[in-house]
Amino acid sequence: MSAETTPAVNDSVSLYDVDNPAPVIEPPRKRTKKTPKTTRTNFEMYGWLFMRLSGIVLVVLVLGHLLLQLVLDGGVSKIGFAFVAGRWASPFWQVWDLVMLWLAMLHGANGLRTVINDYAQRDNTRFWLKMLLYTATVFTVLLGTLVIFTFDPNIR
Amino acid sequence: MSTSTLEKHSKALDAAEDGASHTITITLRIRRFNPEVSEDATWQDFQLEMDPKERVLDALHKVKWEQDGTLTFRRSCAHGICGSDAMRINGKNRLACKTLLKDINPEKPITVEAIKGLTVLKDLVVDMEPFFQAYRDVMPFLITTGNQPTRERLQSAEDRERFDDTTKCILCAACTSSCPVFWNDGQYFGPAAIVNAHRFIFDSRDEGGEQRLEILNDKDGVWRCRTTFNCTDACPRGIEVTKAIQEVKRALITRRF
Repeated sequence: MSAETTPAVNDSVSLYDVDNPAPVIEPPRKRTKKTPKTTRTNFEMYGWLFMRLSGIVLVVLVLGHLLLQLVLDGGVSKIGFAFVAGRWASPFWQVWDLVMLWLAMLHGANGLRTVINDYAQRDNTRFWLKMLLYTATVFTVLLGTLVIFTFDPNIR
Repeated sequence: MSTSTLEKHSKALDAAEDGASHTITITLRIRRFNPEVSEDATWQDFQLEMDPKERVLDALHKVKWEQDGTLTFRRSCAHGICGSDAMRINGKNRLACKTLLKDINPEKPITVEAIKGLTVLKDLVVDMEPFFQAYRDVMPFLITTGNQPTRERLQSAEDRERFDDTTKCILCAACTSSCPVFWNDGQYFGPAAIVNAHRFIFDSRDEGGEQRLEILNDKDGVWRCRTTFNCTDACPRGIEVTKAIQEVKRALITRRF
């Protein structure tokens, strides 16, 4: 039976011989000295738990937020400076928005962190993407917190 | 002997003989790689006359023995026990010795390639060392304290049932090399290592569970599992791999709180 072969290899000429050996294929996933040391912390476990717990809380907070802001009582057209000022006069809504801000930002940042860990191929790429992520997260969380606590309804 | 029995027998024999002649032409498309000839891997097609009830491994044998002796692949027992012939057949990780041609649509070319995520050495042979390194790291052996008993270490049927599923692993690497997290940097322990840790963590006779849990609590341990269920789909032994990983996660959490 003759094989109908695609020209896979040119069998007559070999690129390598005894004097010119084939390059050694470096196993890319070998544990070397550069391989990061094993961690003996519970960080990943707490991160994993945080994702689940904050997710449950966020379902309530975010859906409630969307419902109150966009659907009930006149819908999106009611939103204005006065509406926000009225809401944040009550500590309940301040706490609601603060908790939502922190949980959503940390939840999203941790999710993106794992995405970067899973997809970034080079250590440098991974490091700088994570630095960018952390900077953006810290900036957004602090700015949001500052606004919630220092909001002045009488601003001109 | 009544004649009816004989007739029945001959009918069955006839059917069997008819079946034997029912061969079909299949195309085996194999990912070839030889670092001494070319740095690139290429696809090569082989046409074979095969019985659809034969296995992919039989087709590979036919190629190696009758058409191209340079085809390189691992196989040892050829009966789904030794776990050496895991390969990517039509894009899914399977054992070549457990995959029948009729089950994978022999009308179209059947693609066969090496399992992903490990360095290909030649054709379908990969370097399994990182896989076994992860396996060794979880200490897959009985750890006990105190004096050895003079008799067997007895265990109730219920205690044995607890980890029965994960004793079935044959270390073929079909699960680990189907895991997208392992594909990225290969530092993740991988489903196979976790399955074999699970086998001892939940063994009532073993006392090293705490150590193994600590190892799997690592940055590259069970928490990197994204529950894509690729491993459960790939396992030729039908082990519920993702469930085992989740049970290790649960054990870690209940141990802390």
